[in-house]
Amino acid sequence: MELFTNQVLAGIATGAIYACMALAVVMIYQAIDHLNFAQGEMAMFSTFISWQLMQWGLPYWGAFIVTLAFSFAGGIAIERVLFKPLTKAPILTQVAGFIALFSIINSCAGLIWDFTIKQYPTPFGSSPFLGSQLISTHQAGMIGITLLLLVGLYFFFQYTRVGLAMRAAAALPESARLVGINTSWMIALGWGMAAAIGSIAGMLIAPVVFLEPNMMGGVLIYGFAAAVLGGLTSPFGAVLGGFLVGIFENLAGTYIPHVGNEMKLPIALALIISVLVIKPAGLFGRNIVKRV
Amino acid sequence: MSAVEEIASQAPAVEAVPKRAMTLSSGTAFVIVLLLLVVPLFVKNFIIFQMTMLLIYGLAVLALNILTGGSGQFSLGNSAFYAIGAYTSAILMEQYNVNYALTLPVAGVICFGAGFLFGQPALRLSGVYLALATFALATAMPQILKLGFFEQWTGGVQGLVVTKPDAPFGLPMSQDMWLYYFTLAITIAIYIFSVNLLRSRSGRAFMAIRDNEIAASAMGIDVATYKTLAFGVSAGITGVAGGLGAIAVQFVAPDSYTITLAISLFLGMVVGGVGWLPGSFVGSAFIIFVPNIAEGISKGLSGAVFGVLLFLVIFLVPHGSRQVAMVAQQLLGKLRKN
Repeated sequence: MELFTNQVLAGIATGAIYACMALAVVMIYQAIDHLNFAQGEMAMFSTFISWQLMQWGLPYWGAFIVTLAFSFAGGIAIERVLFKPLTKAPILTQVAGFIALFSIINSCAGLIWDFTIKQYPTPFGSSPFLGSQLISTHQAGMIGITLLLLVGLYFFFQYTRVGLAMRAAAALPESARLVGINTSWMIALGWGMAAAIGSIAGMLIAPVVFLEPNMMGGVLIYGFAAAVLGGLTSPFGAVLGGFLVGIFENLAGTYIPHVGNEMKLPIALALIISVLVIKPAGLFGRNIVKRV
Repeated sequence: MSAVEEIASQAPAVEAVPKRAMTLSSGTAFVIVLLLLVVPLFVKNFIIFQMTMLLIYGLAVLALNILTGGSGQFSLGNSAFYAIGAYTSAILMEQYNVNYALTLPVAGVICFGAGFLFGQPALRLSGVYLALATFALATAMPQILKLGFFEQWTGGVQGLVVTKPDAPFGLPMSQDMWLYYFTLAITIAIYIFSVNLLRSRSGRAFMAIRDNEIAASAMGIDVATYKTLAFGVSAGITGVAGGLGAIAVQFVAPDSYTITLAISLFLGMVVGGVGWLPGSFVGSAFIIFVPNIAEGISKGLSGAVFGVLLFLVIFLVPHGSRQVAMVAQQLLGKLRKN
């Protein structure tokens, strides 16, 4: 039982990483109805920016704020320049666009900061949290910030005019346009917010997985798995899905024989496929009904 | 987040391509086949090898094109079937001493089965969700191949070395050249099969499903059967391509079949033009040669150059090489009138 509790705790700690990423994935899915395969790379690039700012002598939180603003602007810029002209293009073309973006960002980051692994600081310290060996103060801080972010998003979407407009634009674009919402800019705003949330995820994850251009590969797939599990349309579900995936991964590693580190990705695969087959809308997603 | 309904008025996932526009005229096809037959006689072995790879990847892109351009389903996971085909051929040749030519049908049948099975859960999914599930399949495949359980057959992380076959009947040909003509014969056979498939009753059913699933089922098309069938056929052809690839490269290892390969195949399809079968080979040329060109322009930034080139293709010719071919055809038509 002791082992079980410990593994669940450790699972929650890793789950916080996935929850952050899943939140960013769901944000962009809400805004544009697609999964952005370059999401992880955008987050990685933002994290490098903050690292560079700290190297130049900015304090952690200063760099944090500047990076957040940069990512928000960067997300909007990418949407305006590269993806707005593709709005009418077939989905396939847009997916190819995401892949191109992935390739460009990854390669540029590799050229600017090279592929060596870098240490990334944490503002929370890394001593044991409340005397537990399994969960450090950084991981506790990460969970805290994720939950804070979730509450913030909830209030934004539920109680502000812009949030309401964004929901309307995502749910029924034609009707939203008729009542005077600039749906095109709402999409850009969605990109900006997703990039900003992604950058927070990146900065929180970097102390755990270390900073390098390929750091997001595995995390993104788990983020997808978490988002699918929780439902691609529900930010709350995504965060919960993240924690569940983390716990599931740790328990499977402990109790199923032969499941080592190399089996982590197949587990994510099995999870994605079984959720999609059993309950495609995820735990908290809404079923999409299409009018013929 | 509370709306219950969405209107299906967005751009369709895959645009409808009439089947007349899917193939080449017989004159053009004749010239191309003649070129493919004659050129290898005058070039170096390395270029012959590259042409062989072009045909092999072309087959894999063609398979994806049948799935996406034909039946309107996505796949970012065809590298998994390519891997299964490659491993089937390699294991049969090296562990059981089966003749290389006989391993290909086996690879095709096994992959058809695998694709058909994977098509079952895929039935529930469409669009982005299907892309995601297949994406996960492609990422997990190398890990599955590395499993200790399969190691006695697959050779684990080290993979297997495959011997290159000699030309039969004492033909005076290099191994590379023989393999090229062997691949060319198979490619032409599969190409003709694909064209006929899309013209047949099944092909019309695929396209009806692609254009409107509900209308198709109202016309009496068994949507589930045809969708899984499309997955099976696509996986089967990919498997044959994978088997040929293993023989040509003389080596199989789990890390040759990562998500990068799946993405390459996908890009090949988009660049070649979704739904235009000859475009598969143009797309295959893109994914074989453009990374080299990108590396030539800038070594450190090859990924970025590749991405920029891809964006250029998307913006300038969103329908890929099909659009280029159609514009060229119109120009020729105008010239003839003058």
